Amino acid sequence: MEEKTPSPKAKMISLYIMGKKYEVPEGSTIMGALEYAGYQLKRGCGCREGFCGACATVYRTTDDYKIKTGLACQTVVEPNMYLAQIPFFPANKALYDLDELEPSISTFQEIYPELFRCVSCNTCTKACPQDLEVMDYIQALIRGDIAQAADLSFDCIMCGLCAARCPAEIVQYNVAVLARRLYGKYLSKKGEYLESRLKEIKEHKYDKEIEEFMHMDRESFKKKYYARDIEKM
Amino acid sequence: MYPEYMQESLKLVEKTRPERLKKSLSGEKVFTPMTDAERGEVLTKFHPDYKADARRKIRIGPNRGENITLEVADLLESHSRINPDDFDLSRVDYDTDVLVIGGGGGGAGAALLARENGAKVIIATKLRIGDANSMMSQGGIQASVNPNDSPAIHYLDALGGGHFDNKPDLVRALVMDAPLVIKWLEELGVMFDKDSNGNMVTMLGGGCSRKRMHSARDYTGAAIMRVLRDEVKNHPEDIQVIEFSPAIELLMDEGGQVAGAILYNLETEEYIMVRAKSTIIATGGFGRLHIKEFATTNHYGATADGLVLGYRAGANLLYMDSVQYHPTGAVYPEQILGFLITEKVRTMGAQPVNKFGELFVFPLEPRDVESSSFIRECTERGKGIITHTGRVGIWLDSPLIELINGEGAIQKQLPAMYRQYNRFDIDITKEPMLVFPTLHYQNGGLEINDQCETKIPNLYAAGEVSGGVHGRNRLMGNSVLDYNVFGRRAGIAAALNAKEVKLGKLTLKHIKRYERELQEADIHTDKISPMLLPNYTTPEVRARQLTAHYEGTLR
Ligand SMILES: Cc1cc2nc3c(=O)[nH]c(=O)nc-3n(C[C@H](O)[C@H](O)[C@H](O)COP(=O)(O)OP(=O)(O)OC[C@H]3O[C@@H](n4cnc5c(N)ncnc54)[C@H](O)[C@@H]3O)c2cc1C
Ligand code: SF4
Ligand code: SF4
Ligand code: FES
Repeated sequence: MEEKTPSPKAKMISLYIMGKKYEVPEGSTIMGALEYAGYQLKRGCGCREGFCGACATVYRTTDDYKIKTGLACQTVVEPNMYLAQIPFFPANKALYDLDELEPSISTFQEIYPELFRCVSCNTCTKACPQDLEVMDYIQALIRGDIAQAADLSFDCIMCGLCAARCPAEIVQYNVAVLARRLYGKYLSKKGEYLESRLKEIKEHKYDKEIEEFMHMDRESFKKKYYARDIEKM
Repeated sequence: MYPEYMQESLKLVEKTRPERLKKSLSGEKVFTPMTDAERGEVLTKFHPDYKADARRKIRIGPNRGENITLEVADLLESHSRINPDDFDLSRVDYDTDVLVIGGGGGGAGAALLARENGAKVIIATKLRIGDANSMMSQGGIQASVNPNDSPAIHYLDALGGGHFDNKPDLVRALVMDAPLVIKWLEELGVMFDKDSNGNMVTMLGGGCSRKRMHSARDYTGAAIMRVLRDEVKNHPEDIQVIEFSPAIELLMDEGGQVAGAILYNLETEEYIMVRAKSTIIATGGFGRLHIKEFATTNHYGATADGLVLGYRAGANLLYMDSVQYHPTGAVYPEQILGFLITEKVRTMGAQPVNKFGELFVFPLEPRDVESSSFIRECTERGKGIITHTGRVGIWLDSPLIELINGEGAIQKQLPAMYRQYNRFDIDITKEPMLVFPTLHYQNGGLEINDQCETKIPNLYAAGEVSGGVHGRNRLMGNSVLDYNVFGRRAGIAAALNAKEVKLGKLTLKHIKRYERELQEADIHTDKISPMLLPNYTTPEVRARQLTAHYEGTLR
């Protein structure tokens, strides 16, 4: 029941894995095609569902001079595609203590100064397999708008394709994770409910009730469970 | 776009939609939830766990004689990857206070808390840190934070969902730590969905009686895991991460204590010894065993390794007779077969309907009950939709979400789902999704107490690899919570333990003993475990790999 077992009737197409020609079933994902061709993946494969960013891939098709990018687990093969995975890209990550940082532009000036070298070429945006507005979130940070950068970069899976293509050698996804962390910790509004629940727990408000549940016999507990009221959707 | 042959059924779904919407908006229950007896009936008749060949007796080890899932029994009754006699145990490659095996959410949390409690830590992981089920969770994390909710109500829901088999002390830890975990994550910078007052947006999860599901769009797992990974990487002086190096056996000392592990470098094929005063198994689940040949939602490295490591060292397993199938795995298009359609889709109002557009079950029953009713609809009742490759599924009517929550709700709150289908030209704001249950979660696992201790000294377990927290069925949002609560607890307990422990001479006698048990039980097998990675090489290629050496599934 895996994508590895294409139905025997599937039509075959040719493609080139690192320049070498293989026949693979039409409709496979790039990852399925690599495995069909005989590779047992160790690098370049994580979640297999588009969430982890392990399977960044660059490719070209014969009719176009342009370099294209995609996730191997999410991209369907095309005839005569030339592809290679980029399982790892050496990237700069600053070390910091979040408690000591300020949610402001000066933080970025200090720990990711290369950010301000962005030449607005938009290559990163074109490279992003999540279709994020990568340049826009970088530009937002240059303006000091952490909230917008956090919002625009939210669906980033840290695949590294933007950084691999950036002429200014910015590591967009590491900059973005910092922006989101600063937003989550310092800038997002904090509600009252969580604090009051934490206080109640500290004051042992629920200890007794739970203790009683723990020692209740199965049948009485079952009754309680099926009698509980369910909040409306 | 769905193919022509599905159009007739799609029309029927559209036709019944206004009526179903009306009921949903009225605030009434859209379908009557099942009674205890009805739940029991649908489970025994249709849940894959109840099939005659789903389980068998395990013949060796601490749980000998118990019925467990067949594929797990096969894996446990396998040989070690190594011959203990080949090992020079005087050559220790790394020495540390705490060894964390597994770089998912549970492992990352454990490492951070162990460090905070004064320990030097090594995380050894199979792929990259964060290549894990933790990165993939979409729907959310439970915590009783709202005023109309409480840890006690959370306790009630969790136990009912688990069919009252959950271990009470573990559930207490789970529900009592939950608000604390949310606070901890927020202080680390996780961005949860919030309302204009700054309170968290909460939704109703399957089997829950209160809105308690906290989310970060439908990238909840990624939002948390990205932050935990970033934080782990901020402390290279205290936490060393060794990637592409899965643990393949535990090390013990002459006194019967666990004393670290042997790692296997997937790239250089070397075995490496790590001596540790405390060892935490946080290797996650087992979806890649493809139990009963089901497709799975799990990441590539979910192969039950931790169960094997722990079991060979003498740790107990709990509830390894139950498997969680998530009701809504993708059936069409074929490329995303088995992929998870988050439960959040149903919590936001989507309804499961059959080929006639009829709603046939309360959309938010506990998962095993919901899955079983889908299987019933597709088999006994014959009201499923059959694809051209012969698969069967029912519709999950997602356009309702926009009708209930307003236009744009899907793109705003379910961007991953929208993106997933859009890649294949299906617009889920206008058309439903075709779904069938998919192999999702390991309900049982290594038995622990509320400090994450196994019964073997110095050995801890946390997260999906452990058993007892969820009984025989986990509720949505309780496993992201689980790995946070117990990952943290394991980290603290392991760090404190490391301050006391004196390790003796290292040994691998337990591996020899296990081999002997295999022989004595007259078990003849060429299987090797832990599996480490599944093998998806086709039989045609295998037949041509004349000189390739496979050790188990791994080349
Ligand atoms: C698609 C999907 C969606 C989900 N959605 C939700 C949700 O909405 N809410 C919810 O509560 N739960 C959800 N879950 C479940 C939840 O995400 C997992 O149960 C949880 O993340 C498990 O965390 P963990 O740290 O125990 O394991 P994992 O996150 O899987 O981490 C285990 C790590 O150990 C590594 N490893 C494995 N074997 C070895 C070895 N031998 N040596 C070293 N390392 C090893 C793995 O590669 C992995 O990195 C979902 C799961 C999936 C798959
Ligand atoms: S922003 Fe960069 S790292 Fe993030 S998903 Fe897009 S290309 Fe990948
Ligand atoms: S690729 Fe680099 S330089 Fe170009 S727009 Fe993106 S961040 Fe700026
Ligand atoms: S393998 Fe995780 S995104 Fe492709």
